[in-house]
Amino acid sequence: MGRGSPEPARLRWPPLDRHATARLAVTGSMTLRPPMSAATGAGLIVENLILRLPPGADRPLALDGVSLHVDPGEVLCLVGESGSGKSLLAAAVLRLLPPGVTVAGGRVALGGTNLLSLPERDMRRIRGARVAMVFQDPSTALNPLHRVGDQVAEPFRTHTDLSRAAVQTRVLDLLAQVGLPDPAGAAAAYPHQLSGGQRQRVAIATALALEPDVLIADEPTTALDVTTQAQVLALMRDLQRRRGMALLFVTHDFGVVAEIADRVAVLQRGVLVEHGPAQQVLNHPAHPYTRALIAAVPPLAPAAPRPVSSEAILVAEGLTKTYRAGRFSRRAPVQALDRVSVTLPRGGTLGVVGESGSGKSTLARVLLRLLPPDAGTVRLDGADLLHLPRREAAQRIGMVFQDPYASLNPRRRVGDLVAQGPMLHGMARGPAFALARDLLAQVALDPAAADRFPHEFSGGQRQRIALARALALQPAVLVADEPVSALDVSVQAQVLALLAELRTRLGLSVVFVTHDLRVAGRICDRVAVMCRGVVVEEGTTEQVFLRPQHEYTQALLAAVPGRGWTPPQTPVAPAPT
Amino acid sequence: MRLLRSWPAAIGLVLAVLVLLMALSAGWLFPRDPLGLAGRPLQWPGDNPRFWLGTDNSGRDIAAQIFHGARVSLLIGATATAIALLIGTAIGALAGYYGGWVDDALMRVTEAFQTLPNFLLLLVLVAVFGSDIRTVTLAIGLVSWPASARLTRAEFLTLREREFVAGCRTLGMGDAAIILREILPNALPPLIVYAGVVMAGAILLESALAFLGLSDPNIASWGNLIGRGRGVLRTQWYVSAIPGGAILLTVLAVSLLGQGINDALNPRLRQR
Repeated sequence: MGRGSPEPARLRWPPLDRHATARLAVTGSMTLRPPMSAATGAGLIVENLILRLPPGADRPLALDGVSLHVDPGEVLCLVGESGSGKSLLAAAVLRLLPPGVTVAGGRVALGGTNLLSLPERDMRRIRGARVAMVFQDPSTALNPLHRVGDQVAEPFRTHTDLSRAAVQTRVLDLLAQVGLPDPAGAAAAYPHQLSGGQRQRVAIATALALEPDVLIADEPTTALDVTTQAQVLALMRDLQRRRGMALLFVTHDFGVVAEIADRVAVLQRGVLVEHGPAQQVLNHPAHPYTRALIAAVPPLAPAAPRPVSSEAILVAEGLTKTYRAGRFSRRAPVQALDRVSVTLPRGGTLGVVGESGSGKSTLARVLLRLLPPDAGTVRLDGADLLHLPRREAAQRIGMVFQDPYASLNPRRRVGDLVAQGPMLHGMARGPAFALARDLLAQVALDPAAADRFPHEFSGGQRQRIALARALALQPAVLVADEPVSALDVSVQAQVLALLAELRTRLGLSVVFVTHDLRVAGRICDRVAVMCRGVVVEEGTTEQVFLRPQHEYTQALLAAVPGRGWTPPQTPVAPAPT
Repeated sequence: MRLLRSWPAAIGLVLAVLVLLMALSAGWLFPRDPLGLAGRPLQWPGDNPRFWLGTDNSGRDIAAQIFHGARVSLLIGATATAIALLIGTAIGALAGYYGGWVDDALMRVTEAFQTLPNFLLLLVLVAVFGSDIRTVTLAIGLVSWPASARLTRAEFLTLREREFVAGCRTLGMGDAAIILREILPNALPPLIVYAGVVMAGAILLESALAFLGLSDPNIASWGNLIGRGRGVLRTQWYVSAIPGGAILLTVLAVSLLGQGINDALNPRLRQR
């Protein structure tokens, strides 16, 4: 997935492990012990858990009396936005809370034992053996210096006294179970030699090594591409069913919930607001917060078509860009863009969708002249964009980046950041700051925000600041690279609504780069699908979503989690930012 | 103040303030020329109430030399550090920001300076250009910059890839403005901390030079005093030991303070 990786470091499609689920049926017969009937293991019960945050945090309690249970053989999805306390709950179960966060009350019971009162020695015997964890980012959860096989063997070495050969057999067996095509090869490989999806499979294999009663997965598919995500979800669901494990699955993504959950628990700022069977919570949410969250999930469908001018404002033709590795590197050059041609209609929004390494971010960077292409032309309103003087180009095309934390200089005041562009282009300080205040008002921020620093704002507010900054030069075209991917779903809906409103009010044409087809469907008039540097399909959003021609587009659409579920669009007030 | 929460940083601050007070009060406590003849040579500390740190082998007041020497040491340390950081930051910023052949060329120069032992280079510079205090300070600055260039380059290499820099570029901002106004302020904290190390090194370099008799003989520096005490080291060891202790404490103060600032600026250590 496109989170913050402009370099197409590794092409992941088609992934090596695309037939994993099919293979599992074969390798499944190699399980360590015969598949258990559901409900032999112990379930996890959390009772009235209270976690205290260190003084100076945004609220005193991270969790305020949360009670839930995960039974053997079922999947409980714990859903919440960032800061809801969902990850801390997962950490509290394993007693791996970050320094400063303390348990102020409650119980975490595993088959009758209260984990919170166990001595540390006994707790170590539980971790990894009876309760195991899979983390969000498979690239940091594995030690880059150790071979994969050694890392999967770790739980055996820690918790059992099996012989070296016996451990080796089990490791290979586990790697086969999680659908790695060449278990022996994978065991001998280092983590960087595997793709992100394969690494997450390794992490899952490690977690499953000792057949835990409870598996806790903290956003295990958030860092993965959508097709890889679908495979990993299928794998986790399959293994969980087969072993009758209790799976506590922490996520922010209702699509994933629809895909995997038996029951759902919704957490809002440390309080459990709703708890029930998946079908009921997803389709008939009772609590207003759940309703607002679900209403903010864009349906996987094209929005109602808008009238779009037939005249083109931006035409890119034959753009080609190859990244070469260093002079002494043996790595093959990566073709990030291969004769890419796209057209942006005046006043329209062109979605550029694809997985990580597809070249979509490279395309955005070339259009903004942050990267020179090897070949190709870009015409903006008839002018040759790639050869305009840089300052002139800057006035015609603006940029919004993915990460609102990284795209604003932390040492400048917001007013400064917004006024900077006009001042660079000769506007006096006074009028530039007046313009900045006006723009801040236009993106629905208090103009007094001008005197504060970026870190004083939330993610959604910062993305609004970034928008104001990009609009300060009154560009005709706005390039937005994953502008809502780092935001919570309710904030995402607000920023998308703002973008849609601004685009109509200012007559903006937008190139919208995203990995998220739901988002693309909500805002784009046209969609170009990219794969390995090539535009494989381009058309109106309706054409691409309802009648995809290319098999890659079809695979992408089929992999979107929760595609069979249409979020009920109850009219509700937007959730507070 | 966060700085004072750790005791090494607090000690460093107290020592640094002490040295600074010595430097400031030197002219008021010892108004006479510290290099002028004050009394009988080689009086032990405490022997004569007029010279509470004794006199050296030429009959000069050691206490006066220590107080005035604090001025010299701090002045040389600060000036040489400023010169070193200026050169190092400029070279590191250009190399890190532009990369490519600019980086290659500048880093080869930096490596050339780093592979030469810097004291040897300092000796050569002083031998060629003379040992006037200004020349000595400049020379110390000239041999102390490579590490700060590497540090700046590393900061720039990561910062130039940050989205806010790309954002400035899409606004049409020029390279000079991006380097000086956008990236540099973000790259400064580790450099400020490193300045403590450079300063400690600069003070030591000057004393080493003076010990060999190659620094400016016409000023009252601690190194000069150690150098003069060399001849009577076995009998009147205090002549060398007192300024030696002063150097030790000053360098310790500057290093501890630098470390303390480092910890105070490091957000990960804030909560502990």
